[in-house]
Amino acid sequence: MRQPRDTLKNTEQELRIFRWRSLLAVVVVLLLTGLLAGRLCYLQVVQHEVYSTRSEKNRVRVEPLPPTRGLIYDRNGVLLAENRPTYNLTLVRERVDDLDQTLSLLVDLLELPEDRVEAFRERSRQRQRPFQPALLMSDLDEEQIARLAVNRHRLPGVEVQAQLLRYYPDAEIMSHVLGYVGRINAEELQDLDAGNYAGTHFIGKTGVERFYEEALHGQAGLRKVETNARGRVLRELGRTDPVPGKNLTLTLDKGLQHLAVELLDGRRGAIVAVAPQTGEILAMASVPGFDTNQFVTGIDVDSYRALQQDIDLPLFNRAIRGSYPAGSTIKPFMAITGLRDGEITPGEVIYDPGYYQLPNDSRRYRNWLRWGHGRVDLERALAVSNNTYFYSLAHELGIDRIHDSLSQFGFGQRVAADVAGESSALLPSREWKRARFNQPWYPGETLSVGIGQGYLQITPLQLATATAVLANRGDWVKPRLALKIGDEPVPTELPDTPPDVELDNPDWWDRVYSGMEKVLSGREGTARRAGAGLEYRMAGKSGTAQVFSLGQDERYNADELKERLRDHALFTAFAPVEDPQIAVSVIVENAGGGSHHAAGLARAMTDYWLLERHHGESPDARSAGDDAGEGEE
Amino acid sequence: MAMVDLLLRRGYPVKPPQSGISRKRSLWERIHLDPWLLGMLLLLMLAGLVVLYSASGQRLEVVIAQGLRFGVAIAGMVIIAQFTPATLQRWAMPAYLAGMAMLVAVEIMGDMGMGAQRWLVIPGVVRFQPSEMMKLAVPMMVAAWLSRRELPPRWQDLLVCALLIGAPVLLIARQPDLGTSLLVALAAVFVILLAGLSWRIIGLLGALAAAALPLLWMNMHEYQRQRVLTFLDPESDPLGAGWNIIQSTTAIGSGGLWGKGWLQGTQSHLEFLPERHTDFIVAVLGEEFGLVGMLAFLTLYLLIVCRGLWLAGAAQETFGRLLAGSIILTFFIYVFVNIGMVSGILPVVGVPLPLVSYGGTSSVTLLAGFGILMAIHSHRRLLPR
Repeated sequence: MRQPRDTLKNTEQELRIFRWRSLLAVVVVLLLTGLLAGRLCYLQVVQHEVYSTRSEKNRVRVEPLPPTRGLIYDRNGVLLAENRPTYNLTLVRERVDDLDQTLSLLVDLLELPEDRVEAFRERSRQRQRPFQPALLMSDLDEEQIARLAVNRHRLPGVEVQAQLLRYYPDAEIMSHVLGYVGRINAEELQDLDAGNYAGTHFIGKTGVERFYEEALHGQAGLRKVETNARGRVLRELGRTDPVPGKNLTLTLDKGLQHLAVELLDGRRGAIVAVAPQTGEILAMASVPGFDTNQFVTGIDVDSYRALQQDIDLPLFNRAIRGSYPAGSTIKPFMAITGLRDGEITPGEVIYDPGYYQLPNDSRRYRNWLRWGHGRVDLERALAVSNNTYFYSLAHELGIDRIHDSLSQFGFGQRVAADVAGESSALLPSREWKRARFNQPWYPGETLSVGIGQGYLQITPLQLATATAVLANRGDWVKPRLALKIGDEPVPTELPDTPPDVELDNPDWWDRVYSGMEKVLSGREGTARRAGAGLEYRMAGKSGTAQVFSLGQDERYNADELKERLRDHALFTAFAPVEDPQIAVSVIVENAGGGSHHAAGLARAMTDYWLLERHHGESPDARSAGDDAGEGEE
Repeated sequence: MAMVDLLLRRGYPVKPPQSGISRKRSLWERIHLDPWLLGMLLLLMLAGLVVLYSASGQRLEVVIAQGLRFGVAIAGMVIIAQFTPATLQRWAMPAYLAGMAMLVAVEIMGDMGMGAQRWLVIPGVVRFQPSEMMKLAVPMMVAAWLSRRELPPRWQDLLVCALLIGAPVLLIARQPDLGTSLLVALAAVFVILLAGLSWRIIGLLGALAAAALPLLWMNMHEYQRQRVLTFLDPESDPLGAGWNIIQSTTAIGSGGLWGKGWLQGTQSHLEFLPERHTDFIVAVLGEEFGLVGMLAFLTLYLLIVCRGLWLAGAAQETFGRLLAGSIILTFFIYVFVNIGMVSGILPVVGVPLPLVSYGGTSSVTLLAGFGILMAIHSHRRLLPR
């Protein structure tokens, strides 16, 4: 060993010292243990009566005081989410002397119908943590409350607890964007600040309720109360007041939202409207919706299953999670890409024979007009939605530059600042295809992307956002739902805003706008019917998204197809052109061509926002879908 | 006195159990564990889990989490028990230096405002409290140093020890974690006392410490002073710091001789104690199992301490003897301080009840200590030198 080689005697002495000392330690340990034992004897035997009485008679406990959840308003101060008082009947079994007798008395007092008595008894038997109140019945009416109050002395352990319940006055039209609160589940409980949520039963599950949970919830308080042996509060000993949640003012306009939902009524689809200069989301509708109030108190299993299994997917938020092929609505953004990269100029003319062919490839990529549009420049290409022009442009640009430019408009990304559960959809690239399919990128696939088909997928929110950026001459604003949190206005300039899109010649923006105006107002415009009688300058672009792809020479007849295999109709627009106040994207599933079935809806939205809203007119749904126009395929 | 002398000379099994010549080892010796100590520890942990189930409000997941921690801690104990005392002695210095380095790192991170100062966090990998490790590393270092000196220790040895102890204790006290720093200091002081520090010096230092008390008082944080004041008169602040003491004594006292029965405690289930399954678990124990249950636990702790001291005394090397003695005495101090504070005879300091309170770090450190104890005992050479 490393120890200095001392004498044996020394080692022996060390051992002796140690043993003496540890013997001493044992004595001390015994003395201290005796002290503890003595103290325990004193508490538990000598003073037992005192403490037993104290424990029986006076119980002091800490009760959490949950904060009141913040209210939610639309941009004009219309209440969208409120808290309504309800009364629950609770029972603490440990404080009840005779459970059967108490239950019988309750059944009499509440005049419960026979068929509900058994469920009522069942609930009282549910396993609970000791001294935790069990919920017997929720939503008591006033008469029941009064009867219980009168008989209170006969009902130890029974309490009527007031509770604020979330209520959504316009649940059906706001269902997805607003979201809903529901009971906190075990999974959520693990991530929560237990102290702050001690008295809270509800948490934002989806939509705005979820994204702004922290601000809406507030800060819990607590109070220390003395109760009698029955658990009834005798007096309050101390208290920290809760800080209520902040009220939230949204950018949504209830009138516009209402209109959007009515326009889509009876179909499946989504409409998103954004104020281009501020990024404020004015309307975000996904149809069909559902009654979110059902989810607050807990939806019953059958109703939930019905919602879940509904073929129209009412629970699915199409506006932010629906991935659709962009169809021809991508063309304005392709045009900007071509101008930016110098592959085209606005005056350049191509000849369209009705199809496009890649060099050394016999396959013909068809224009939707079989015999072709003949001589086509940029504006006409947009107005008539010419495919050949954009096939050629896409081929010249290549997928890498297309990917780069389209992502500058927000495609393939989550664009909004405060929307929970947004999908990034899909902006394909060489790398993506390699990773996904382990295959190279083929030139033909570039052509498909050039007219908004192929792998490219967008969400309605992305399309509205990109259109807003386009309307802003490339200036980015992040779309957002919150106008004010409490009294604090949310700034327009938000962190992580993407860089602006820039063109060498700013006049080119106007040429693209001009082409888009001709879609609605031009002699050949695909949506000229929807644009009839415009009182302001509106720019738009129709789109038709194929649900499945056609063979090379097949023609497509909508009538012969089952409804759910029909094309999706898309339209994106902004107005007025010279000072954009609204950008709107419309998607109607399985409606057929976008110029027929979506353009009128977009027009109704802009009309409302620019002309009607200030006159206080009620937003009646118009029969916009019946507008007919000379369509694309 | 003759009896004591006999005990001191011959009582300890310095020789192998069977006969002086036999080289055959029992199974327990081959896996380097002490069956008595292990058995009592397991019994304690098991009983602790039963109490925890009630204290946590019958949340099985809490009990399972604690059980898993025990599993890890026991594995650590078994591994540590395999090292020879010589290896442990060689590691004393590196462990001590590493601990110091981490304490300094925690101190710097705290200055840089990176959150709570007790934890060293490598994100996603480990959250680690260096002060916890120092509970073992400091007495190890002091024992390693003293075992190489001539004993009993003189003044100059004490000076070195004071430096070895003072540096980490001051760093921990600055975190601020006065309770842990005192326990670390105490563990090291036990080593020095067991090494045979003369009574004259002990008396002198004791007088000095008493004189320094006012100084300590002046340097305490406000909440630390509050704890001491509250201890002296709990009724002075019944809603604040005195709350826990009043409620825990009420819980224990209302338990009476036989207790209210498992899961039947009313006082402890009324959510009056925020720490009822950690530091204040004794309140639940006392209320539900009464004096009888409390005495059973005390007896078990006492037996563990006695067995530990027995093993320490049987160690052949000075280093092992001193370290083992210090570990087991520190263990007892935890028990005493915790039960003392919950029953209202000591101020409230954050000390858990060993192997019963909910919490992972302390169980690991404690069982690591018992691992060292078993290593020291089971690696005795079989033949007397």
